[in-house]
Amino acid sequence: MRLKIILILSVLSGALLAWNLHSMFMDVPDELNQGAVFRIIYFHVPAAMTSFTGFYLGMFAGIGYLVKKDLRFDSIAAAINEVSLAFATVTLITGSIWGRMIWGIWWAWDPRITSYFVCWLIYTGYLMLRRAIDEPTTRARLSAVLSIFGAVDILIVWKSIEWWRTQHPGPVLEIRGGGGMAPGMEAPLWWNALALVMLATVLVLIRSRQQSMQREIDSLRRYAHAF
Amino acid sequence: MTSNYTFMFYGFLAAWMVVIIYVIWIALRERKLRDELDRVKRMVEERESEPRK
Repeated sequence: MRLKIILILSVLSGALLAWNLHSMFMDVPDELNQGAVFRIIYFHVPAAMTSFTGFYLGMFAGIGYLVKKDLRFDSIAAAINEVSLAFATVTLITGSIWGRMIWGIWWAWDPRITSYFVCWLIYTGYLMLRRAIDEPTTRARLSAVLSIFGAVDILIVWKSIEWWRTQHPGPVLEIRGGGGMAPGMEAPLWWNALALVMLATVLVLIRSRQQSMQREIDSLRRYAHAF
Repeated sequence: MTSNYTFMFYGFLAAWMVVIIYVIWIALRERKLRDELDRVKRMVEERESEPRK
């Protein structure tokens, strides 16, 4: 069943990404002030949305572990947070490349960018913490607590463009009251967000299965050493 | 204008490279875990077949 879901979502995500690439180049014109480079937003924003969603789901899975004490929740949380970190990396790198072209600088210590970088550091620390602790229940408990801290930072990242108006552009999407994009330009962004969420789901399903395999290996090893 | 397209290309390339590298890492991890699981299962079978001390 899981394999079928993985296959279906992979095909759908791949097809949607290919169709979106066609839309981005054939249907959407260059932006008046930024030119062609504005198209980076079609990966930058959907990758950020995917990572935000993932980090929150990871936090809920972590809370699930704290409540139920079931290590399956911890495996799911770890898989979701790891995949979300990959998408957060995409967001930071694509944003930096866009900034180099539009602002003339690779990086700015602006509240949005800095808080997102802090978020990236928190979840990198989350993965390092998991590698550093062998005892499964301690690892799961500390990871869950750290992911709650990470989720608080996500809220700051989300609201930062409203709280502090500095270097990073303000809200541009209709849903956040931005209205800075023509509807025809905004549609491919949402389709790409859907494609990236499906891709992230596939990766989470694969990684959570790998986490289960790792748990099986650990328990078999403990059993073998009990002889 | 040329550099505008160049930076757009860099942006798209970077996004895909991160995803592709991560997918390759997952595939390598899958193989490593399968090998490790087989090895541990064999170890358990060997231990079970040995007489207990």
